[in-house]
Amino acid sequence: MAGVEGVHPPGEYPVVVVGSGPGGLQTAYALSRLGVEHAVISQDDSPGGMFRKWPIFQRLLSWTKPDAPYERSSREYEWYDHNSLIADEPELRATVAAQMNRKYMVPSCAEMEQGLVAFAEGGGVQVRYGCTWESTRQEDDGYVLVTSDGEYRCRAVVFAIGVTDPWKSPIPGIEDVPHYADTPREAREFQGKSVLIIGKRNSGFELADGLEPWARQIFLVSPRPVQTAVLATATVRVRYFEPLEDASWGGGTFALDAAVERIERTESGGFRLQAAGTTRPGPITLEADAAIAATGFRTPVRDLRDLGLGTVADGRIPALTPYWESTTLKGVFFAGNTTQGAAGLRKNGVGSASGTVSGFRYNGRLLAQEIAKRLGMKQKWQELGRDEIVPFLLSELRAGPEIWTQKGYLARAVYPDGSTGIVPLAHFLDHCEEGSIAVTIEMNARGDIYPVTYRRGREEIEERDLEPHHLNDFGGAEYQAALESLL
Amino acid sequence: MANGEDLVETLRRFNLFADLDRAQLEAIADPDSERSFAAGERIMRRGMSGTGFYVILDGEASVTLSGEELNRLRPGDFFGEISTLLDEPLSADVTAETPVRVLEIPGPRLEAFLLSYPKVMLRMLVTEARRLQEVLAWRA
Repeated sequence: MAGVEGVHPPGEYPVVVVGSGPGGLQTAYALSRLGVEHAVISQDDSPGGMFRKWPIFQRLLSWTKPDAPYERSSREYEWYDHNSLIADEPELRATVAAQMNRKYMVPSCAEMEQGLVAFAEGGGVQVRYGCTWESTRQEDDGYVLVTSDGEYRCRAVVFAIGVTDPWKSPIPGIEDVPHYADTPREAREFQGKSVLIIGKRNSGFELADGLEPWARQIFLVSPRPVQTAVLATATVRVRYFEPLEDASWGGGTFALDAAVERIERTESGGFRLQAAGTTRPGPITLEADAAIAATGFRTPVRDLRDLGLGTVADGRIPALTPYWESTTLKGVFFAGNTTQGAAGLRKNGVGSASGTVSGFRYNGRLLAQEIAKRLGMKQKWQELGRDEIVPFLLSELRAGPEIWTQKGYLARAVYPDGSTGIVPLAHFLDHCEEGSIAVTIEMNARGDIYPVTYRRGREEIEERDLEPHHLNDFGGAEYQAALESLL
Repeated sequence: MANGEDLVETLRRFNLFADLDRAQLEAIADPDSERSFAAGERIMRRGMSGTGFYVILDGEASVTLSGEELNRLRPGDFFGEISTLLDEPLSADVTAETPVRVLEIPGPRLEAFLLSYPKVMLRMLVTEARRLQEVLAWRA
């Protein structure tokens, strides 16, 4: 056991945050600004450890636009920068944008990491690095985290531990197939080879995209077809673009919809796959020189499952409430990428942005507020006079980064006493008092972007979709009239 | 439910999917379509649009209107299809009474889903016919 020197030594804290990636840093920063006493521990040596490993081909998926209609130091700029963490102080904003060299719209892993370091240092986020969470037990009305440095007792714990454990789907023979995480960093190692990729999601297509200039043939296989309609509006589509184009023209790449029955090694050291077609039924046999399981990752929850942690997505992701608390373990919260376990309302099939920094940075701020509230701390809400409500909501519909980024998940609420804040829409709908109103930015299956207004009536919710605007400018007279009718 | 095998096994037990083979079940058992709710959490809300079609995987949920329980939903039961197919707001609330896990087919994908699996559509129609029969019998 290491000594108890240094920041956040083992002991008793109201809140403990585990992890120093973007989710952990954002939550810790927000807790500090609210004056909530807490400890942050991380098994890594510095911020953003995951970005030193993945993505394999070293570039992120979400964009940061170095120049935008708003100044980088403004809150409104956040919508144009999907990678920086969010801060109250203008000089702490857009720390990733400041690192980017403009060759690409998406940052490299190194640029991301430098942006996180700048945020942590500038924001004074204290982390006990090199401290590994090992096990957990429930005690009294809280939790004890056993770590490599000693025991932490807390009432609430926030796990910002990513979705970083390689996971393989239960296919006979898959144990012989290397996971995406173990893919050689040099794509040239695949020169002239045929490559079988199990999985047609982001990591599968990231590999296909990276290997296309080298591999002889690429087969991507999984039961469900690629949701091209969903991709059309998703930032991840850059990874899919070339492999899918190649596949659609009948080139050297195949994207097959098939349930894999088994995989076995061939005498020549390659792989043979047996599968049953789904979209087009029938048996499929494939042989390839190399195989990679791009079957995803899971949250490294250690022994939390033994304590009764509920999960979704094949047991890979904790099941969460709209405020990112475990649906089964009270006082256990999650931050960061794992908050995708709270799906939100998914109206029209559109999910939250919680799987990316752009979305979960807001979750982290709200989570800190929720924890402060649970600890009995008074919250300072912004207050609006009766005449200020409509102009304020119009400006939020135009450029409020929370509702623009977390479309349909986060809402800007105004309560009957004039107080206003950002809340998960599901929470607003179920817990607000009669006469409360909220606005969101939402998207339908066609990709239209439009504001939606909500008003809590006595019995039911009055929901109204407003019209889209060709320049997404929701500040005009018809929007004003719609908001006035809410009051 | 530790893995995808279990989701396929769960779906296989339900009447709605009884005609599907293993590959078809795997195609439906999209782990990202699995959603989970804490006891007491609202799954559907009266007056809301844009919802989907849900099949209860485990747990119990209640259907209520103005606080009065109309129906109790258990594993294998489904809901949300009327609002989705008619493109109308929901007419009742659905609330998780225990921790509930559901499989969700998003509204915009329901039509394609039913056309891809006509046997599922037929079993759904039979269930709807039974519901109608019950209502008619009750009125008589």
